[in-house]
Amino acid sequence: MTQKMSVLLCLALAACGGKKDSTGADPGSSVTAPVPPKSGGGNVDLDASGSTFQKTYQESAIEAFTKAHSGIKINYGGGGSGKGRQDLSDLVVDFAGTDSLFKDADLAKAKGGAVLYFPVLLGPITLAYNLDGVDKLQLSPATAAKIFDREIKKWNDPAIAADNPGAKLPDTDIVVAHRADGSGTTDNFTKYLDKASGGAWKLKSGSTVEWPADTQAGQGNAGVAQIVKSTKGAIGYVDLSDAKASALHYANVKNQAGKFIEPTAASASAAGDGIDVKDDLTFSALDAKGDAAYPITYQSWVVVYAKTNKAEHAAALKQYLQYLLTDGQKMLPELDFAPLPKSLQDKAIAQLGKLAG
Amino acid sequence: MARALDLRGRGDGADRAFRGLAIGAATVVLVVLGLIAATMTRRALPVLEHMGPGFFTSTRWSPADEEFGALPFVWGTLYTAAIAILIAVPVSLGVALFITQLAPQRLKKPLVYLVDLLAVVPSVVFGLWGILVLSPHLGRSFLTAGIILAIMIIPIITSLSREVIETTPQPEKEAAYGLGATRWEMILASVWPHSKGGLVGAVMLGLGRAMGETIAAALVIGSALGQLTVNPLAPGNSMPAVIANEWGEADELHKSALIALAVLLFVITIIVNLVASSIVRRSMARTAGRRT
Repeated sequence: MTQKMSVLLCLALAACGGKKDSTGADPGSSVTAPVPPKSGGGNVDLDASGSTFQKTYQESAIEAFTKAHSGIKINYGGGGSGKGRQDLSDLVVDFAGTDSLFKDADLAKAKGGAVLYFPVLLGPITLAYNLDGVDKLQLSPATAAKIFDREIKKWNDPAIAADNPGAKLPDTDIVVAHRADGSGTTDNFTKYLDKASGGAWKLKSGSTVEWPADTQAGQGNAGVAQIVKSTKGAIGYVDLSDAKASALHYANVKNQAGKFIEPTAASASAAGDGIDVKDDLTFSALDAKGDAAYPITYQSWVVVYAKTNKAEHAAALKQYLQYLLTDGQKMLPELDFAPLPKSLQDKAIAQLGKLAG
Repeated sequence: MARALDLRGRGDGADRAFRGLAIGAATVVLVVLGLIAATMTRRALPVLEHMGPGFFTSTRWSPADEEFGALPFVWGTLYTAAIAILIAVPVSLGVALFITQLAPQRLKKPLVYLVDLLAVVPSVVFGLWGILVLSPHLGRSFLTAGIILAIMIIPIITSLSREVIETTPQPEKEAAYGLGATRWEMILASVWPHSKGGLVGAVMLGLGRAMGETIAAALVIGSALGQLTVNPLAPGNSMPAVIANEWGEADELHKSALIALAVLLFVITIIVNLVASSIVRRSMARTAGRRT
């Protein structure tokens, strides 16, 4: 189903052209029509889909990378982490971007065997708000949880006041804005509330959660930002670049060390310093340790198969991953993402050695 | 019929080839439809096994707890489509009657053109317009979605109605005038009985479009889960909207649930169409019966 849909999408968008040739779908053709010898590696098309969180990074990186490597074409289709994992599993794409890990049961169904996770970036999720006269706001995880599950309905609630000593909070109704579409951002944000709020969060976690009916839903980060921007008293969870693009105020959030931290590329990188990374480079940057760590920081990986029988693809993929992990990282702060901390970057680069090709 | 058989008897190669082509094309459509239905149903089975009849009756949709109840989405689909029909039918019939019976000749063409133009606006544009213009006043709600859907189905209903109404035989209209009928009485006595069946058909096509509309509904309906309310200003959800919104991040059982929703929508649309065509047929028969 998904595969068919992707093929249809490819036809419709004419964006995945050339994939057939490079996969050599017809084994007989090479006998009757000999392939001309290729000079300098020839042309390789890499297809990818997945996380919209890392999409702006992928787009900038692809532009810069393909300028230097004219024989390689890369198409990163977006569509969401879930779609990316499914496409990789069905061998529809060469790599996938994802903000969360494969479930073991799904991994067993992957048609290409074992996968490798390469972390590529970290990024903060802001609690963006629109409240007249309040330019600075501090929130503890428990207060944030109570706001987002509608236990707290007024901005001058004692719990919010307790997080903001001395601040003048108006008697405005709180309007909660959340994602209408299933989203890795929702998944990570609700996981954070579930983990850090000490039981105050009641709605569980996932890409779709059962928001109370008196909340508002927007499409994508930009849609939530639009609601916050246009609604007095609104608060929503939005990634940093969209919050900045809409010129929204956002709260400083209390981390494990008890400090209220502003979401920035630097404080998200600091969160990356305080995490436990497993051998397969999986981890969660949520609620990380460290004084300077912004606690609602999440991460995105590129997932690839460890082995592929398409040698040219493997070589091109390895080059591109290398770029994402090294030179590409320098672009991240400008895009409001955080580069990988040095220790993690080194491990990821070392893991490139496990990649065939 | 006998004539047709004669033709087949005389058929040469070209006729036979054309016949094969036509039958082949017709078969392909059926086969594709059948394959889609079969694949979708197969992929929907896991959630039906998991939920049992609860899939159709439960009002809770919780991917986290793996509980999937379709009822609120079915309600949202029918409710928004009903609002759309309620708004679109009077407007469309009014426009169609105006164009065919009242408008001066030089206004007809531009009016037809304008209404048809409404049909080529992409649905996402209507959705965004709904977000920016309607939702600040009405919120994202059943009503907002209903209004957007109404605007989207007005061109279909209008242009079909117009064509149906235009087929009213001139003698029948003149007969009504001849008996001293006013324009309104002529419409009631001549146009309405003649066009009733076709108009119902036009409305049903509009209904089908409203129930299946995805992106515009997804943008403005509010995406609230478990809403089973008649309050038009409450945020809700519809079957196509929830499929579009949740597909990208859904895992296995969740995907199966979304596919099951699609199958259910398919079945409901088929039922609506069958009911529509039977209404059309019966009302046609009645009109024909009265004439003889």
